[in-house]
Parts: sequence; C-alpha cells; structure tokens
Amino acid sequence: MTEKKIMKGNEVFVEAALQAGLKFYAGYPITPQNEAPEYMSKRAPDFNAVFIQAEAELSAINMLFGASAAGFRCMTSSSSPGISLKQEGISYIAAAELPCVIVNIVRGGPGLGNIRASQSDYFQATKGGGHGDYHLIVIAPSTLQELYNLTMNAFDYADYYRNPVMILGDGILGQMFEPVEIRPYKSILKLPEKDYVLDGCKGREPRVIKTLWLHPVDSLLKLNIRLDEKYKKIQKELNLMESSQTEDADLIIVAYGITARIAKAAIEKARKEGLKVGLIRPITLWPFPSATIVKASKKTKRFLAVEMSNGQLIEDVKLSLFGISGIQVDHFGYGGGWYPSPKNIYEKIKEYYTG
Amino acid sequence: MKKPEALKEAQTHYCSGCGHGIVHRLVAEVLDELAIREKTIGTAPVGCAVLLYDYFNCDIIECAHGRPPAVATAMKRLMPDKIIFTYQGDGDLAAIGTTETVHAANRGENFTIIFVNNAVYGMTGGQMAPTTLLSQKTTTSPFGRRSDVEGFPLRVCELLATSEGPTYIERVAVNNIKNIIKAKAAIKKAFQYQLQGKGFTFVEVLSMCPTNWKMSAAESLNFVDKMMEYFPLGVFKDRWNKK
Repeated sequence: MTEKKIMKGNEVFVEAALQAGLKFYAGYPITPQNEAPEYMSKRAPDFNAVFIQAEAELSAINMLFGASAAGFRCMTSSSSPGISLKQEGISYIAAAELPCVIVNIVRGGPGLGNIRASQSDYFQATKGGGHGDYHLIVIAPSTLQELYNLTMNAFDYADYYRNPVMILGDGILGQMFEPVEIRPYKSILKLPEKDYVLDGCKGREPRVIKTLWLHPVDSLLKLNIRLDEKYKKIQKELNLMESSQTEDADLIIVAYGITARIAKAAIEKARKEGLKVGLIRPITLWPFPSATIVKASKKTKRFLAVEMSNGQLIEDVKLSLFGISGIQVDHFGYGGGWYPSPKNIYEKIKEYYTG
Repeated sequence: MKKPEALKEAQTHYCSGCGHGIVHRLVAEVLDELAIREKTIGTAPVGCAVLLYDYFNCDIIECAHGRPPAVATAMKRLMPDKIIFTYQGDGDLAAIGTTETVHAANRGENFTIIFVNNAVYGMTGGQMAPTTLLSQKTTTSPFGRRSDVEGFPLRVCELLATSEGPTYIERVAVNNIKNIIKAKAAIKKAFQYQLQGKGFTFVEVLSMCPTNWKMSAAESLNFVDKMMEYFPLGVFKDRWNKK
C-alpha cells in the first residue's frame, strides 16, 4: 500500500531515509534546509531513531562517523557553508569506508553567499571537497518523487560500496512542495554483511576503525590503490542518467537537478517549433555518465551545459568529449542564486538557430 | 604484576618517563575489574596516544583531531548498553575539540572521557598547549607563555563543572604512587557511573612529558607537582555523592 502526500522537499528525504531504516540523524540549522532537522526531530521517535541537533557541523558529521562505525544507517543534511565545514569529517568517513548519506541543499556562494537555490557546489561534491584522493557517490534528483526514491537507494549504494553518498539538491528542491508517493523501502542491492562494526569484541577479536596508516610505509599507498579500484568499480556499475530526444538532436542540453526540469519546458517549446533539441540529465554526477554523452556525440556536435553556476558541470561534459574532434561545448548559467526560466533557456536555444 | 587482559601484548612507542603507559594501564585494569572489556569501545585521539589501538585489547575507533566526544555521543546513543570512553590529550580536548567537549558534557552524554593533560603538544614536537603553564617554554612559546600574548592555561575541569550536565568530574595525577592509586579510583568511579547509566564522567590526569619538557624523568615528576599549583587535584563535581 502506498500513500500519496503533499510534502516539502526537505521533509521528503528525511521521510525516505526513515522508511529505509535510518537510525541516526545529526544536523545543524542552516537555511534553506531547516525543515529537515525539524521534521526529523518530530518523526524520529516513530522509528526508534536518534535525532541530535549538533553543536556544530563538524560535530554532526563526526557523530555520523561514530553512528556508521556502530553499524547503523545514518544521515546528515545541510546547505553549502555547512557542507564546507563537514568536509573534514567526510574525508575521514571516505577513508574509513563507512557508509552514510549526506544531503546538500545547495545555496548561493561563495562565502555566506545567499539563501537562494544554486548549483555552485558541483566541484566540491564531485571532485573531492576534503583532503586526499577519495570520491563520494553523488546523486542529483530533479523531482520530489525522485528525491524520495533515490534517498532510499542512496542508503543501499552506501552500504553496498561502503562509501559515503551525497544527495546534491538545491534550495528550490528543498523548499518546493509536490505530491510524493510514500513507497515502502525495498533494498535494490544484495547488501554485504557489516563485518567492520564496532559493538564490543565479545566472541571475536577486537576491531579497529582508523584512517592513519604510518607503518609499513606503503600501507597508505595500498589503501589508496584499493580505494581507487573500488571507485573504478563504482564508475563501471553505477551510471544513472535520463536521456531524451537525443537521437535526432542537433543540440543537446546537459543539465541536472532542478535546472534539467526547467530545461525540459524550454526544449518542449523548441521542439514544437521544429528545433531539434535533446536533453541529457546526469542523475549520478559522480560517477558522471560520460558514455552517454560520448555516444550522443556521434550524431550531435553541439552541447550546451546549463547550470546554476558559473561553469562547473561543463568541465565534466568537456572531459567526457575530450579528444573527439568537431564538437562544440557551450555554457549557460550563473552562480550567486540565479536560476533560469524556461524562457531564458529557450532564448539561448534560439541563438543557435538564428546565428 | 600481571598484564591486564584489556591490554595487548605489545611494547608501546611512548618515551621514557611518559605518563601514557601508566594511564593506559589504569584504564585497562578498570576494564578488567568491571569485566566490561568485551562491551567497550574506546576512541583513539590525534596525539601521542593515536596508536592506542595497538595497546588496548578492545574495539577502538580512531577519530579526527578533537572530535572523539561527537563520535562517542553517537555510539553511546545508539548502543546504550555498551561502554564508551574517549582518551584525549590537551590539544585534542581543550583546543581543537573544545566545542565537542563542552557540548557533550553539557548534554550529559553517558560516556567517560579520560583527559591526559601534560601541558604540551607531544606528538608534533612540543608546541604550546591550551594547558601550558605561564612562563613555560615550548617550541611555539620560546619566551615562556605570556598571559597578555598567549592567554592563560585553560582549567577544563573547572570550566565543565559550571554546567549542570556532567555527573562526575575529577582531576588526578600520576606522578607518584599515592596519586596513581587515587587516579585509578577516579577512573574506576567514572566507569562505574557509566555502567549505572548515571551520565557524563570526566577524569583529567596530570601527566609527565619529560621529552618535550626537556627534563629528566625524575624532574618531570616534580613538574607535575608544579602543575598542581595551577591545576588543583580534586573532585569538581560528583552528582551522586554530594558531601
């Protein structure tokens, strides 16, 4: 039995997480994601889950370090400046290969920025953020139903790969209301046993979770090689994207999250006028669905990256197409809390046809 | 004298005259005496004791610098029937991790902090700590700590005792037999309170660092006595045993 509810984005991912077995959430107030800790504080007792309003973002992420080491599904959420503060802990969690889910409801930056929606944390999410060679799995939903479904899946990916997963939303996704089907959780992967959990050594040898590798001198190198192998496996196995009307397209818009949704309206209008425009929407931003873009480039030579940033996603589009000749990759977008209207994108499309 | 079961068969990396070995042993003896080793999870700090998982024979999680109280908070909330302790130095607990320490204490989280105060950053080579004494020379206070430039040594027990949150706060030392016996009793009391679910327990241990103090082991024992003039030993809070 599924139930349909009108919900706010910031509540949707918490509800999905609880349905998926979330047992621990720690967070710190920051706009525009405050409804998430508020919702969790009310809802946690229904699921026998722990909610802590942490004293700092650093504390919140380090609480997840402990919660995950204890074997429990755990989550934190924040918005851009808060996510910057969490980067230390994220690096440790990635190094210790502990599963957890981190939600970033992105706002305008840099600095304190503003509280409007933005996509300017793309680099931070997909290229590192904290110190050391590591990757998060980064998922970018574009509707609240997708936010609900992918949050559930995020816990499976985290457990399956023993890797932190980031859900990269934005202020619009967090603040908007939409009907959402509250589906019961069903695991999408065969999850490995958690043989690393620290719960006391009764009946077994003591376990250690650590991220310092001094001796032997190549032990950290070995960890890095093993992590790299894991990341390559994830790149091979996990490529989520939506591709539409690309078969005959002479222009493909590449956009993710809420921007892709806005782009769809622009593409629809363009198509009605006979302009052959398609869309590739990466859903996993890391791994980036490069193969889809490369495949599309066999027919389509012009790509337009549309994003609410000065140009971050575009770098992955260009990297995907690196070495392929006769390709044009353009950018449309700004950081700072700007978002496009369908008309903005439509007009940008028109430029290609009016020369 | 028998090695406690809660310690592994290992030779520590600690310098001659260092107090960490004594404090490790006291904690281990308590884990043995209360028969809680198999349900205990300890946290390793960043600092000289970072390798304590090589010495303690129980589950250990090594945390980022200053963050053990946050990690311990989550573990204890999720596993209330387990015993959780953090083992932290003065830089870890009283500088970079002040926030985590104060707020875990203020929430009255039901775990135990063993705070080893040796008035100096040991592992990084003897820099000034928040607990470095006035006029004490370190590699970053080469003229001796000056109150008007580097501020005053931070009294953590006294600070935490201003909160209603903690259950038990005591400062002890390990520079002579008498003090070691008292230190053991304090550590045991802290773990007993945790076992009984009585709340946040905190034991500060004044300890020796002859290497970074640039003293002989014997001189360092006397320096701990000098520390006591600023960091008095005693019970700062004992909610369940009010006199």
